[in-house]
Amino acid sequence: MSQATIDAETRPDPLGVGADHPDYLRADSGLRSWLLTKDHKRIAIMFYVGVILFLGLGGIFALVLRTELLTPEQTFIDANTYNQMFTLHGITMVWLFMIPAIPTVFGNFVLPIMLGAKDLAFPRINLASFYVYVLSAIILLGAMVAGGADTGWTFYVPYSTTSPTAVTWMGIGIFVNGISSIMTSVNFIVTTHTMRAKGLSWHRMPLFVWASYATSIIILFATPVLGMSLVLLALDHAFGLSLFNPRYGGDPVLFQHLFWFYSHPAVYIMILPSFGVISEVVCSFSHNQPASYRAIAYSSLGIAFIGFFTWGHHMFVAGLSEFDAGVFGALSMFVAIFSAIKVFTWVATLRGGSISFATPMLYFLWFLFLFVFGGMTGVAVATQSLDVHWHDTYFVVAHFHFIMVGGTLTAFLAAAHYWFPKMFGRLYDERVGLLTSVAVFIGFVFTFLPQFLLGNGGMPRRYFTYPARYQWLNVLSTGGAWLLGAGLILALGNLVIALKWGKRAGPNPWGSRSFEWITASPPSKHNFEETPEIERSAYEYTLSEEVARERAKAR
Amino acid sequence: MNELLRTILFLPRQASTIAEEIDKLHYFVIIMTMGGALLVTLIGGYFLFRYRRTAVQKDPSRRMPGTTPAIWLEVVVVIGLFGMFLVWWVIGFRQFMDIRVPPENALEIYVTGKQWMWKFAYPEGANSIATLYVPAGRPVKLILTSRDVIHSFFVPDFRLKEDVVPGRLTTLWFEAKEPGRHDILCTEYCGVSHSTMRGEVIALAPDEYERWLQGKSPAPAIAGPVDLRPSPVTEYAPAELVNMVRQGERAAAEHGCLRCHTLDGTPHLGPTWAGLYGTTVPLENGGSVKVDEAYITESMMDPLVRIHVGYQRIMPSYLGQIRPAETSAIIELMKSLRDVRPKPGASAPWGTVTVPETREGGQ
Repeated sequence: MSQATIDAETRPDPLGVGADHPDYLRADSGLRSWLLTKDHKRIAIMFYVGVILFLGLGGIFALVLRTELLTPEQTFIDANTYNQMFTLHGITMVWLFMIPAIPTVFGNFVLPIMLGAKDLAFPRINLASFYVYVLSAIILLGAMVAGGADTGWTFYVPYSTTSPTAVTWMGIGIFVNGISSIMTSVNFIVTTHTMRAKGLSWHRMPLFVWASYATSIIILFATPVLGMSLVLLALDHAFGLSLFNPRYGGDPVLFQHLFWFYSHPAVYIMILPSFGVISEVVCSFSHNQPASYRAIAYSSLGIAFIGFFTWGHHMFVAGLSEFDAGVFGALSMFVAIFSAIKVFTWVATLRGGSISFATPMLYFLWFLFLFVFGGMTGVAVATQSLDVHWHDTYFVVAHFHFIMVGGTLTAFLAAAHYWFPKMFGRLYDERVGLLTSVAVFIGFVFTFLPQFLLGNGGMPRRYFTYPARYQWLNVLSTGGAWLLGAGLILALGNLVIALKWGKRAGPNPWGSRSFEWITASPPSKHNFEETPEIERSAYEYTLSEEVARERAKAR
Repeated sequence: MNELLRTILFLPRQASTIAEEIDKLHYFVIIMTMGGALLVTLIGGYFLFRYRRTAVQKDPSRRMPGTTPAIWLEVVVVIGLFGMFLVWWVIGFRQFMDIRVPPENALEIYVTGKQWMWKFAYPEGANSIATLYVPAGRPVKLILTSRDVIHSFFVPDFRLKEDVVPGRLTTLWFEAKEPGRHDILCTEYCGVSHSTMRGEVIALAPDEYERWLQGKSPAPAIAGPVDLRPSPVTEYAPAELVNMVRQGERAAAEHGCLRCHTLDGTPHLGPTWAGLYGTTVPLENGGSVKVDEAYITESMMDPLVRIHVGYQRIMPSYLGQIRPAETSAIIELMKSLRDVRPKPGASAPWGTVTVPETREGGQ
């Protein structure tokens, strides 16, 4: 396609950018221009492809698991394969999809634009982060082929150190993955501190930046602990270091402390970015400023901080002292308070708005129900006497899938639809978007609501066979999982079709005041012609269109 | 009401004395959770409808951009929520303490988990595999350990669970309300046959239980969960009953414990076992510790970590030398000696004793 045709296709941009420069997708061509790019937007697209692939892979593992659980005895795979499947499902979903998903795709893409910057602070580190992620994926996939792992994603010792599977390589793969996370998070922190546009003070930043910033802090502090524990585990598995082996005086419970010291904050690594997405979606579609900007911004930091002191609630029946259990239980409830403040603020933001209803907004409504229910069951499992019954049963499985799938995946889909015009300059089909969203929600509820009841009934997690009285709930859950899978494929198909056949979106199809929309959609290679000057906050919907544009000048 | 909610929520029978209490908190928590999620979603949905763009364009008075809700409302809601969580915590923690602290008069049974079976040993000498026999209406304390990886002992009908950790002893207590049969499930993933590591608790009437202990009673005909086959008692009853205290004496003699420890209170190189169990002893590095299963096990496996003040650092580690069953038996022996009065002077420090340099099985 010649330069002239591109220019002819690009609509004149009211903000004056993009018209004289081709957008980032067409600025350069050829495979090399993608693989060696230092453009944060192209790196984000490469991550996008990566995490979607692994969402698919993890999803296939999940469907195999659910299908196996249709009958109380063996259905179509053997116990060893089943144990491999739930381990690989967990590892793939946690480290290759959930943790990188929102920060590396949407964070990478919109965070610098939101700050009025031309790129992240360290573009080369950003590219390296992608290749380290790919390397970790290759190591993990290699380990899956060469023996897999049957330990569960939690790698509890001493089972994991005696398992004949490729536990060492899994540990190395996750270790490398952590390096990628740390690279991205350092980049975000430095960019937020040093590259904000002129006039863009901390309290004018879009809330997604606050959420990404808080996430980056958790990644920076928690991931090294995971790396350390996994190295010790790998040394134990490969060379018999025996730090956790009671036979040589080691302590298996020590590993649980180390593991959950990372893995509980990891939950907030997975959910905080989705809070950022939801804040953006709510404000943009209700055309209203957040009911309390500071409440949303600071509660992210509060969660990041308190999240480091709650890991013991995973160990109420693992031999933790009663006193510790009491303290960890109480601290866990503070996280719920911070989350509740966010939820109330989002709902209050709708009031008095002028709400245009689109697919991201429907995902917000699902998020509201699933996250509040999932979050409150989180407080329920932090209640010690109840947790004794629920611990390691399907109740816990249902609880964290409500947060992880109901929260993070729903927000990921909201973001995929909301920023689709920003990333590709086109609009997806709204009716198909709404329908697939309903399918995803119904599928989700049917998958995971029965699992709460299974947990109440006492069905332990990671069971290949189970007592027959649990069967009908398992059948419901499996049916829901198939619907959820179909909904996800259709939702993504809708977006893929829109890549080529979608209507042109224009720079700001949602009428948002957030700063990523002050430039063209899709943005040109350097986002802005010159550093924008910002004289308002990201959510001043009280201003008239012209004044708002004048106060966030971009070229 | 209780029965209705229990059925709706798919909860199993309430077979232990604490189950009903816990379920009541469960109902409260789940109803508030479901209600809270629905309420927030309905309010959100209502706002979505009321402030939809088309309606606001027709009736511009609905549009109130930039209005912040009254701060007092937010404070009240947050404090109210926090108060509710606090109530859950207070009730939950008190129940947790009840779950964790066994009554003094509890009957003690030793449980060993291994891939993929449960083994139960009774102080009177009987033992069984997969089936735990307990008297109904009497508190039972389980002392659990594992021979290989971590398992978890879970009885849904009792609402109880405790991890079974190798190298440690954990405890769990319950009181079955009436005779009946209940599933035991392993809830810590422990390898390929994890999901088949099941068993059952059979609560017997106290006199039946006594008869069973003596190896007399045939399999009791008690209705149980439909998917469990009844396991005949006689299959697992040992041919000869050896009291665990006797087993402990034998083990203590075989492993040379009695070269330094005495059973009658006579002062010697190590603390006497007479009257030791359950007391609190001062430690060399300051502080003190209660002599319970955990401390005794630690002292066998890693004796120098916390040493009784006044005794020399001469005890060797028995890690890897002594079997879990022997550990349990020695503990049971020490318990049997708890009421033996030490001879006068026995608790005095033994600083003056010279240790022979070539001790068999020494450091």
